[in-house]
Amino acid sequence: MNILEINDLSKLFQLYILNNKRIEGLKNIHFTVKEGEIVGLTGKSGSGKSSLMKCIYRTYLASSGEILYSSGAGVIDLVRADDHAIIALRKNEITYCSQFLSVIPRVPAVDVVCERLFRVEKDKDQARQKAREMLEDLGLPVELWDAFPVTFSGGEQQRINVARAIISRPRLLLIDEPTASLDPRTKDIVIRMILELKKHGTSVLCISHDEYTLERLVDRRLHLQHGEIVETALA
Amino acid sequence: MSGKNDNWLLRVRNLTKIYGEPDENTLNLTGPEYHSNICPATESIVACADINFDLYPGEVLGIVGESGSGKSTVVKLLHFDMEATGGSAWLRPYANGHSNILGESGQKKRTIRNHLMGMVYQNPRDGLNFKFSSGGNIAEKLIMAGNFHVGNIRNRASSLLEKTEVPVRRMDDQPSSFSGGMQQRVQIAKAIANNPPLLFLDEVTTGLDVSVQAKVLDLIRELQQDLGIAMIVVSHDLSVIRMLTDRTIVMKNGRIVESGLTDQILQDPQHAYSQLLVSSLL
Amino acid sequence: MIENKKYTQKFNFAFIDEATKKEIRRKLLKAVAIPGYQVPYSSPEMPVSRGWGTGGLHVTLAVIGREDIFKIIDQGSDASVNACNLREFVQRMTNCKTTFDTKEATLIQTRHRITEEELTENQLFIFQVPQPEPLRGVERYEYKTRQMHGEADYAKMWVSLYESFVRYGDIMLGAGYPVKVNDRYIMAPSPIPRWDIPNLSHSKALFLFGAGREKRLYAVPPHTKVEPLEFEDLKFNIEGFQGSSCYKTGYKKAFLDELYFDDGSKHHVINDSNFLDKLSEKGRPTQHSNKYLNQLGS
Repeated sequence: MNILEINDLSKLFQLYILNNKRIEGLKNIHFTVKEGEIVGLTGKSGSGKSSLMKCIYRTYLASSGEILYSSGAGVIDLVRADDHAIIALRKNEITYCSQFLSVIPRVPAVDVVCERLFRVEKDKDQARQKAREMLEDLGLPVELWDAFPVTFSGGEQQRINVARAIISRPRLLLIDEPTASLDPRTKDIVIRMILELKKHGTSVLCISHDEYTLERLVDRRLHLQHGEIVETALA
Repeated sequence: MSGKNDNWLLRVRNLTKIYGEPDENTLNLTGPEYHSNICPATESIVACADINFDLYPGEVLGIVGESGSGKSTVVKLLHFDMEATGGSAWLRPYANGHSNILGESGQKKRTIRNHLMGMVYQNPRDGLNFKFSSGGNIAEKLIMAGNFHVGNIRNRASSLLEKTEVPVRRMDDQPSSFSGGMQQRVQIAKAIANNPPLLFLDEVTTGLDVSVQAKVLDLIRELQQDLGIAMIVVSHDLSVIRMLTDRTIVMKNGRIVESGLTDQILQDPQHAYSQLLVSSLL
Repeated sequence: MIENKKYTQKFNFAFIDEATKKEIRRKLLKAVAIPGYQVPYSSPEMPVSRGWGTGGLHVTLAVIGREDIFKIIDQGSDASVNACNLREFVQRMTNCKTTFDTKEATLIQTRHRITEEELTENQLFIFQVPQPEPLRGVERYEYKTRQMHGEADYAKMWVSLYESFVRYGDIMLGAGYPVKVNDRYIMAPSPIPRWDIPNLSHSKALFLFGAGREKRLYAVPPHTKVEPLEFEDLKFNIEGFQGSSCYKTGYKKAFLDELYFDDGSKHHVINDSNFLDKLSEKGRPTQHSNKYLNQLGS
């Protein structure tokens, strides 16, 4: 069953403050993601990979086309859905993990990680415990668990970013460069964690430059160039 | 997916406030395209017009705009601080959402305000009575909701002050002896005293020192997570909006120019004015 | 046609002209119809200054009839200067019989006390009121207090009582304790001591209140519920007098005044002079009874 079906998606940026400059971000995007599949998005920087993901997450408003998502309650077009439906989906089913940790200031690392969990489950202590276990798995030093992530190194921030996205077991995970600043050992751990999610039924759309990660993680690849899908390949 | 449409907490349609004597052209001659709130023919001022939005339970809605955009007006109209010129609003917990709260009698409005709404103003003097102690201010809200037991009132007041990180030993001190940030926190404690489903926050951190601002915002975020209150946050500061809200409405010259998910407004603003605002983030 | 005899006699009966009396009576009817609600009225000029009982006089002179027997007390005493002054004035203007005897009187005007002796359904009881607005202490604007009364929004009043508790450990109001009339309006009962407050409730007599300076009338009809404002755990109580008794009669269950003799010794005496006289002459006046008084023991 397809969890995601994208038809004829395009995104045109109209920048009024730059003298109405128009930039074509995406055009003619068609593809599907099956339930439980891990699809990799590759392409040079600027080719539209992040834009595509943001359109799916509704951070960007698509200019035309449709993004059909099979949620728990039926098929919904993410392009046309109203804000409240999107907020509900983001809370319960779809998680987006950006390339860099967007930090909410003055929140300790453990709470950043389990934030999504206790929005849904409401048991703070249990959520924190799970977060600690995950941070331990990822090799984050114990002293940093209650510190503010704003001061962490790139790799440390990345680990928190990934942990935050994975902990709540979403139905659809959109993840941007999960292993970018990580050392090989941690890379393996993250890959393992995402594969774990796949076993529990999560579908994943993953942007990556890293051949090592792509080889081990993805079932299928989509290559983007100048905003269009130019080839698809089985990993 | 149409079932989602009926679960709203607050529904606002065509909310309008005009000062002066408008004629039939007034709304057509004012607004963001004209860069003006003032009608050239009648000199009436359109503070806000045609405001439509829904707020769902537990959601945080931000209203952002510059001076004269009408953002504070919207919230003041919904909190009955001012009379609306037109439009309707329905609140789910009141008459199951079937009765326009803007058309109710003064006494009913007062009941709605006391039981179902909380408001935090930019200036603590608007929200607090400086002649009473801080505990007395919270007591006022509790008494208005029908609590007449001094012991219970004091217990609830001290637990609220604890929650908003105001030292409980200052419960019997007057707010005039508090710092600005602490006054705001007493206001917040008072606003949530009756566990309202809806909380209005009108420029609550404007004018505060940065570190104090941070503390107040953190508190609001925590309260929102713990209590799940739906909030409307008015601010001209986009970083406050980014930190607190799920959805945002951008207003200019009294009209809504764009509304959408907060991250979408901040990363992919569609309207020219929104793009201007976002690019002006320091 | 209303015959205005002002030009044929030196003064109209009861001094006030008939048109003004009509207006005051109509306002009084409205006040009786809405217990505790302050009705604005014309408050005509009197040969007595504002702040010296013009409100009480207005009500008295508007309702007094030729057959009425008039009594007036000032802080419980018939013999004080102002009581005598006003009594003479009313007597000259109406030629009515005047008396010191509470039981005999049909119309009693009072300043700041209710009589100890019980009132009956044949009597009118008229209070002189300095400040009719109970919320004036917490809200200085008239338009706001009117709104508060209209919407029954008395939170500020309650908070001021709470604040008093917080600051002093108890509600410190001695006289003029605010009361709620008929479960609706909060009323200022004039500065009567706490002792008298319970006697406002379910009385047989009609209570009328006149504030001349502020130009307001209000009323508490007979058999109307009047309760002092109290919290569930902070209750109203009357003065206790710590077991003191009247030095003349030995009576304990009346409101007592403090007296200092020339030798410096402190004694108490019953405040209500007519009640004191009756007890001294071994009479048996019937006192008001209320639950606070009954709890006092004898």
